[in-house]
Amino acid sequence: MATMNPVIEEAVAAPHGSGGLWSWVTTTDHKRIGVLYGVSAIMFFIVGGVEALLIRTQLALPNGDVLSADAYNQMFTMHATTMVFLVVMPAAAAFTNYFLPLLLGARDVAFPRLNALSYWVFFFGGLFLTISFFVGGAPDGGWFGYAPLSTQVGEVVRMDYWALGLQILGLASVLSSVNFITTVFTMRAPGMTLMRMPVFAWMAFVVSFLLLFSLPIVTVGLFQVFLDRNLGTLFFSAAGGGDPVLWQHLFWLFGHPEVYVLILPAMGIVSEVLPVFSRKPLFGRSFVIFSGIAIGFMGFGVWAHHMFTSGLGPVAEAAFALTTMFIAVPTGVKIFNWIATIWGGALRFKTPLLFSLGFIAMFVIGGLSGVTHSVVPADSQQHDTYYVVAHFHYVLFGGAIFGLFSGIYYWWPKITGKLLNERLGKVHFWLMLIGFNLTFAPMHILGLAGMPRRTYRYPKGLGFEFWNLIATVGSYVIALSIAVFLVNWWRTTRRGEAAGNDPWDGRTLEWTISSPPPHYNFDTVPLVHSEDPFWHEKYGEDEAGHAVPAVAASSGQPQAGLADEEIHMPSPSYYPALTAFGLFISLIGFVYVPVGLVAVAGGLLVTLWGLFGWSMEPLTRDGHE
Amino acid sequence: MIKRARLRLSFLALVVLASVAGCSSADPTNLESIVDGDYPQNSLNPAGPQARQIDDLFWMVFWIAVAVFVLVMLAMLVAIVRYRHREGRDRPVKQVHGNTRLEIVWTIIPALILAFIAVPTIAAIFDLRSPPEPGDNALEIEVIGHQWWWEFRYPEYGFSTANEMHIPAGRPVFLSMTSVDVIHSFWVPQLNGKRDVVPGRISNLTIQADAPGVYLGQCAEFCGLAHADMRHRVFAHDEADFEAWALAQAQPALIPTEGPAAGGWDTFQLVCAACHAVDGTEATAQFAPNLTHFASRTSFGGATFDNTEEHLRQWLRNPSAMKPMDPDRNDLASGRILGMPDFGLTEEQIDGLIALLDSLK
Repeated sequence: MATMNPVIEEAVAAPHGSGGLWSWVTTTDHKRIGVLYGVSAIMFFIVGGVEALLIRTQLALPNGDVLSADAYNQMFTMHATTMVFLVVMPAAAAFTNYFLPLLLGARDVAFPRLNALSYWVFFFGGLFLTISFFVGGAPDGGWFGYAPLSTQVGEVVRMDYWALGLQILGLASVLSSVNFITTVFTMRAPGMTLMRMPVFAWMAFVVSFLLLFSLPIVTVGLFQVFLDRNLGTLFFSAAGGGDPVLWQHLFWLFGHPEVYVLILPAMGIVSEVLPVFSRKPLFGRSFVIFSGIAIGFMGFGVWAHHMFTSGLGPVAEAAFALTTMFIAVPTGVKIFNWIATIWGGALRFKTPLLFSLGFIAMFVIGGLSGVTHSVVPADSQQHDTYYVVAHFHYVLFGGAIFGLFSGIYYWWPKITGKLLNERLGKVHFWLMLIGFNLTFAPMHILGLAGMPRRTYRYPKGLGFEFWNLIATVGSYVIALSIAVFLVNWWRTTRRGEAAGNDPWDGRTLEWTISSPPPHYNFDTVPLVHSEDPFWHEKYGEDEAGHAVPAVAASSGQPQAGLADEEIHMPSPSYYPALTAFGLFISLIGFVYVPVGLVAVAGGLLVTLWGLFGWSMEPLTRDGHE
Repeated sequence: MIKRARLRLSFLALVVLASVAGCSSADPTNLESIVDGDYPQNSLNPAGPQARQIDDLFWMVFWIAVAVFVLVMLAMLVAIVRYRHREGRDRPVKQVHGNTRLEIVWTIIPALILAFIAVPTIAAIFDLRSPPEPGDNALEIEVIGHQWWWEFRYPEYGFSTANEMHIPAGRPVFLSMTSVDVIHSFWVPQLNGKRDVVPGRISNLTIQADAPGVYLGQCAEFCGLAHADMRHRVFAHDEADFEAWALAQAQPALIPTEGPAAGGWDTFQLVCAACHAVDGTEATAQFAPNLTHFASRTSFGGATFDNTEEHLRQWLRNPSAMKPMDPDRNDLASGRILGMPDFGLTEEQIDGLIALLDSLK
């Protein structure tokens, strides 16, 4: 870089210092980015939760008038959009960011600045969707945005916010997928073969491929929606020779792999937690990994089961019924292996284990109701009713959210150095389990009794009154459980019990280092000899196969591997956040074309500036390697 | 304009205002008054062969699912109780890594169960999707979805009605369905599963009722603002009653020539005829429900409100206050209708219109 023009060099110099707000904006440390994702996800979880409470309050009684129909349609659209794109996905991204390098024995992800860009693109995407509430109303055509309802042209720009918001959030996910895949391929510590990778890392790896291959499909579709709305194209207009059902294919070709994007990280977490709290290795480890891969592949072949009432014809309906039934097989394999993992263990019922066991129980219910959907004639009754709402909440709340909370309680001490309070954690778990079932179990009955989804009110006399009221009560119990969690968080921050390096007697590399981990993660890059490397360092097996403490337990660090004299860590950078900010400005411009074209141009200039500075930025703080 | 103002309200203000503002709209009909039973829209209370076939299939799968759930949860609970760690009683844990034979068993058994479910599923798919045979003497009805009401045309008899479908009991009814705007879904849970109604396409569904009665349904695909208030009622009659009903519906309207109803007809031609048709007159527009025999219907507004004078009066004063609609965005030229506007009718005009509607038996 010796030839660099000094003016440019000055202009693109990397930021200094490591404290304060600014250091968070410029950070390229995978752990800090993970924390940013996590805190954002929790904040959006509260927003999405308030939306859910408003929905349930409206539906508590027949002919509710807490919300207008207009407000209600915004609420259910934004509740789904928020929970999928701004809560579960970033929460999984938080864990992947923070722990993928730690689990692999790496010091960071492959592309630290790209990682920061992912976060900031996500952040501004979330902000973009949120501001829609304040400028004429939030999107109101459903998170699935079925054409031609979503493409009806009017003065109302709500669905433009939706189409562009999903587009930009998709960009953030593609960027992190590329990053995580490269990280897995190139950054594993010596001896960390693919099959020795922890199952959570495996599931993050599979999820990255799912995102990489499914997001381009919906990207095309969202562009078409945007063009239909704003430039008068007719991709989805029947009158103009287009096809409304085409959108459904494009959306669900993304949308079904997306379901596995949401659930596989939670399955990965459960696969980490169960062995630790059972003091046994994961049963049938390679089967669990390969069933995850199988789910990933098969997830691309079941999309039309979201369209069993659209008129696919009996042949396609039969085919997708079969693929949908058979994706239950690898899912079942995972469940059986988890139960076999706790079988014969010494179960310590700490909060992370409770949430993981809750995950299994709730996910089994959701999986089985999913099988009833694959029975196409039965689905023609269940489709678009509360039965479906019940089903996917058992999978995505009882499944994904329970799994993610298991991960929060499990890894919190590693991230913060302090243990979350166990008593409050257990209160949180039981309240959430009870509230969850009160809310969603009655919805099975409501759906079969004929209550369609996305209806802002229901009349008296259809038998919907009682179970709706129960569901609303349940939703407030869930809210209470979240309040308990927030109290736990606040309390732990003030006076939490110090965790030490290894509070759970862990099995994987992240427990070998201090809590919170140093900036550079590992003093020396670990050398890995087996799966569960840390466990095998602490424990051996006697002739009967029982775990016994290793004779000469070392100091808690696996055998010294490659010693580094000088640890090079990525420097902070302004440019990822700047690049994302430019995209945000141009997005707002796109909503208000043609006037907004000014903002589009301005925003793209900022993005170009960001990319230019990025490419010219010196690699290290001092400008020399 | 209230609507425009509301659009601009911020999120919190919207919520607070909406909850304080209370009820400005009439409550929809209490459907207990229409149908007996606790769950009159219940898919698990089938009233025809198609719905019954689905119901049988559902319960078979349901009980299999319950059995699987109980077994899996039993295994988990036994593990939880038996293998809990007790303080101070450490015991060595055998480090079991897996068992290939078990893996094969619990891959094959679920696959077999699913194959067992797949066979009747696929048979039922082809069965339910096949149209009635010519010998079945099926009645054909054309269903047209509108935001937010249903149009039912009877091509054999040459008339059209709205939101209330009358069918002969014991005979298959073959529906040919399409939409003029967005995707809707026609669903009468007691008579069959639902079927999407897609613009630019004809989709088909066969329904059949075993016995005379009222069967309720509503649009099942989210179709915008008043999706919840896009309901329908199916009245099944014995053959003679159905024939009598159909012949009466096929008659043109008798327009009163004196009294308040005659004044109502003047208002109708001036205001309503732009969208509504009355057969046998010059009012032939098809944008909104055909009102030829309006007084013979039990409900209006997407089968949401009882057809009473009080409700009609409220409706004519301001339709959007009863049912959420968006008439500001109507565009007759392109055929895009999002509900009935508030025409600012005088009470005298409303009296006349109600008298007219009451005469359209």
